[in-house]
Amino acid sequence: MRLSGRNLKCVRGGREVFSDLDLAATAGEALAVTGPNGAGKTSLLRVLAGLLVPAEGTVALEGGDAELSLPEQAHYLGHRDALKPALSVMENLSFWREFLGGETQDAGRCLAAVGLDHAAHLPAAYLSAGQRRRLSIARLLSVRRPVWLLDEPTSALDTAGQALFVALMRDHLAGGGLIVAATHLPLGIEARDLRMGAPA
Amino acid sequence: MSALSALIRRDIRIALRVGGGALIGVLFFLTVTVLMPFAVGPDLALLSRLGPAILWLGALLASLLTLDRLFTADHEDGSLDLIVMSRTPLELACAAKALAHWIAAGLPLIIATPVLGLLLNLDGTATLAVAATLLAGTPALTFTGMIGAALAVTLHRGGLLLAVLVLPLSIPVLIFGVAASQAVISGPLPFGTPFSILCALSLASLVIGPFAAAASLRHGLD
Repeated sequence: MRLSGRNLKCVRGGREVFSDLDLAATAGEALAVTGPNGAGKTSLLRVLAGLLVPAEGTVALEGGDAELSLPEQAHYLGHRDALKPALSVMENLSFWREFLGGETQDAGRCLAAVGLDHAAHLPAAYLSAGQRRRLSIARLLSVRRPVWLLDEPTSALDTAGQALFVALMRDHLAGGGLIVAATHLPLGIEARDLRMGAPA
Repeated sequence: MSALSALIRRDIRIALRVGGGALIGVLFFLTVTVLMPFAVGPDLALLSRLGPAILWLGALLASLLTLDRLFTADHEDGSLDLIVMSRTPLELACAAKALAHWIAAGLPLIIATPVLGLLLNLDGTATLAVAATLLAGTPALTFTGMIGAALAVTLHRGGLLLAVLVLPLSIPVLIFGVAASQAVISGPLPFGTPFSILCALSLASLVIGPFAAAASLRHGLD
């Protein structure tokens, strides 16, 4: 499996965020997108996730499921956690597990994997920022998607949480997955660096 | 299919929990209709003539009240991004969300109608007629309102814009809904004609609404 972007250009609000950007990542490989604030890291991830239409260029995933598009084979972990405060931790996770569909894992085991099993019946409104992040990470585990698009994945996580997430990313790569992560901190895994320039 | 039912169940569950919209709509409906007899006065003939119109206006405004949160809540917490990316076609997801909204916010209004009919001096048949027209017409309100909700998703405080966008679209529903109810109460028109048009409006909006909403969501996401 190979994810590639060619000659990508992104324009937001009439301002060019980046242009002539090429990227490639193969199965088992992680790509760390780095750069100063405003360099377009989040925009790039949203382009890959199909949430932004690039002004120029194309994105392609070769060797995946031919009947599914790239966004349908990808997990997107953004700044916002996609959690409903009125629902419990377990209800939140079960919903995404059922809605996203495909190859799923037992929700209880995923919660245990991120250390939230003790809070399964707590409303998500009472979670701390780090716990919310852990719950979002449980979503990545509960449904199998070969491509992970991560935006500042370790923000708000404590050191134990970061170590946990590094192990989970290693497992994902070892299972033939692929990671593109925008980050300021070192990812903690072997990753190819994609350095984005200062805003034009 | 299980994805859609999961979405419907989640939305209904959120609406019924504390802070959800379902109860607010019913309370608003109740307040508007209860206030009317006090404003109009104790003229029973006048009340029963205005009754269907009051109930319909109350239902229309009550459904608008909660409709603006249909997509904004999901947009703000990032859920909408994941729904757009998912393997479920966005049109079906929109339809599922509208259906959930109708079940949680529209059905309670219809259930409350017989009680409120008493306050407006409507007899049994008239109340039943109003309830039947609401049952046939409120899906049209929800599914056309969904288009406005999708357009307003990227705007902060888009609630007012939603009302401006959606109210003109709901005028035909209002006209035929009240006309069908009046036909039962005072004649001389048959009930069937306006009621069939009302059903047709609902069916048309069931088809157009999800496509229009999905298209504007795809455009609006940035």
